[in-house]
Amino acid sequence: MKREDYGRLRWRCSRRALLELDIALTRFLDERFDQLSEEQQQVFVELADMEDHDLWYLISGQAECEDPRLAPIVALLRKS
Amino acid sequence: MSIPVLKFDAVIVGAGGAGLRSAIQLSEAGLKTAVLSKVFPTRSHTVAAQGGVAASLGNSEEDHWHWHMYDTIKGSDWLGDQDSIEYMCKAANEVVVELEHYGMPFDRTDNGKIYQRPFGGHMSNFGEKPVRRSCAAADRTGHAMLHALYQRNVKANTQFFVEWMALDLIRDAEGAVVGVTAMEMETGQVVIFHSRATIFATGGAGRIFNSSTNAFINTGDGLGMAARAGIPLEDLEFWQFHPTGVAGAGVLITEGVRGEGGILRNSSKERFMERYAPNAKDLASRDVVSRAMATEIKEGRGCGVNKDYILLDITHLDPATIMKRLPGIREIGIQFAGVDCIKEPLPVVPTAHYQMGGIPTNYTGRVVVPKGDDLASVVPGFYAAGECGCASVHGANRLGTNSLLDLLVFGKSAGDSAVEDLKAGKAHRELPQGAAEQSLARISALDNRKGGANVYETGLAMRRCMQDHAGVFRFGDMLKKGVDKILEIEKAAHELEIKDKSMAWNTARTEALELENLIEVAKATMISAEARKESRGAHVRDDAPDTPEFPNGRNDKEWLKHTLFFPQEGNKIVYKPVNMKPLSVETIELKTRSY
Repeated sequence: MKREDYGRLRWRCSRRALLELDIALTRFLDERFDQLSEEQQQVFVELADMEDHDLWYLISGQAECEDPRLAPIVALLRKS
Repeated sequence: MSIPVLKFDAVIVGAGGAGLRSAIQLSEAGLKTAVLSKVFPTRSHTVAAQGGVAASLGNSEEDHWHWHMYDTIKGSDWLGDQDSIEYMCKAANEVVVELEHYGMPFDRTDNGKIYQRPFGGHMSNFGEKPVRRSCAAADRTGHAMLHALYQRNVKANTQFFVEWMALDLIRDAEGAVVGVTAMEMETGQVVIFHSRATIFATGGAGRIFNSSTNAFINTGDGLGMAARAGIPLEDLEFWQFHPTGVAGAGVLITEGVRGEGGILRNSSKERFMERYAPNAKDLASRDVVSRAMATEIKEGRGCGVNKDYILLDITHLDPATIMKRLPGIREIGIQFAGVDCIKEPLPVVPTAHYQMGGIPTNYTGRVVVPKGDDLASVVPGFYAAGECGCASVHGANRLGTNSLLDLLVFGKSAGDSAVEDLKAGKAHRELPQGAAEQSLARISALDNRKGGANVYETGLAMRRCMQDHAGVFRFGDMLKKGVDKILEIEKAAHELEIKDKSMAWNTARTEALELENLIEVAKATMISAEARKESRGAHVRDDAPDTPEFPNGRNDKEWLKHTLFFPQEGNKIVYKPVNMKPLSVETIELKTRSY
């Protein structure tokens, strides 16, 4: 990922409406993001674009992810 | 260097509830209005508000704004200004119904009215019994509100500058505000927004504390900018805390956990609440529980390597009960404490939640500062609303559901005042020479400094200092030491160094600029708290205990007054009287605050 794209993504992950997501998403960027394939990284960018409550419900297991493309990254977020 | 200048009638900094509400007034009046936001508007922290918005609609039972006014004054421990409080409680019905007309999907009763539920501290008939006054949209009230306000702004042609950070307030030689400087994050370009009206709606600064329920965005940017421009900060010693946030993370653990049988334990596994509240134990009120936790930590009975947290134990509960009655709690423990609460207790600490103080305004949303004998002289062109403003309606403590009301009422009144002032027809005042110099110098210093302080380490030192020395329960000696420490940390915060010098999306630079704002609030909080030698509302001191002469430690004879902290004038404090005179009704006379 280009430096600028990563900078934008980092800002959008670390300045959320919900504290829960600030922590969960920045930690994921620090610990897991580099190990993802380019395609998986794009899926993460898509997830990071979701509304805060919807994304937090997926990560906290209060809702199930029905999109098979997103589900593997959601599973990683849950464990991270 | 030539800096681009963008000209607007009004510039609003912040796109949470207060900013969006004020923008509607200006745009719908046909004024050219810009809203600057660090994030997309619907990512503002208002989204996190769940509780609801208070209004005495009386849809479920009899209610009256005068009763709401009484509750708010009592909640404020009589530090709130009674004119502002009357204004807010009276305006509540109108702003809630307006919001409904903007498309806010409030919960409804069977006959189609807005459904109302009870909320702590809201009573009927001047404190007699609980009343249903909170209007909500499921558990997403803030989210729904922000979407409704944003749509209305899109319709009204408000111009949004998304992912821009405001840097400094621009004042002319007479002290009037003529705009702000701001940086576009995508390019790193600094621009002057030249305006006839400038409204700050930048939210709170909860990130000054190590344990805070606030999202990372709440860095008090408006307060920092105001402070650097010589505007005093009001009543910053008053912060509302929640007893149980996850230690180290701040994520809120609902009080329902103690309701279901959760027990607080210290390092020797003792159920210490038995000593502090023999009857209610772990179910004692928020204040009592928070104070007991802080005392245990201060006296060395905290848990962990640093002895700085308490354990919330629910391992004795049936796992099925935990999963059914406390949804999401297990996941919060696993995600943010690395603990499965079914098997191990959760580490918790009292956690900062809401800032009662802020930029001093009157109930019209105009910023007011001392000038000569006048303690509340209007700063031309400058307005503030929401958590960053201090009208002051929350005084020493805020009632639940009054924060969403505050941002609607004072967002609107700040917008209306700006429209009124602009219609008086004044042209743009001239920009002073070197209007962007301060901002450019700050950025250049960050980019060029060698051997300066590390942003992360300095921020951490500030947050720990605030948590340890000015937390939920305050001790005179700790506050004194805290003042010395925060002044040391302030030096480092003005000597920051960043490694990344790039222009586009440089988050290191943005975080350094945010820290320069946070430190202003941290310093104001510590010094104001040390100076106030009584207990009142959320400011509770060990050396100002409950006595017959001073019930709850409150000393009205000496301390029924607002703090105004002037960082630009040698950290001077000036006190101004509380406005005890409402707009149309009799004064709500002083009483001991007890529930």
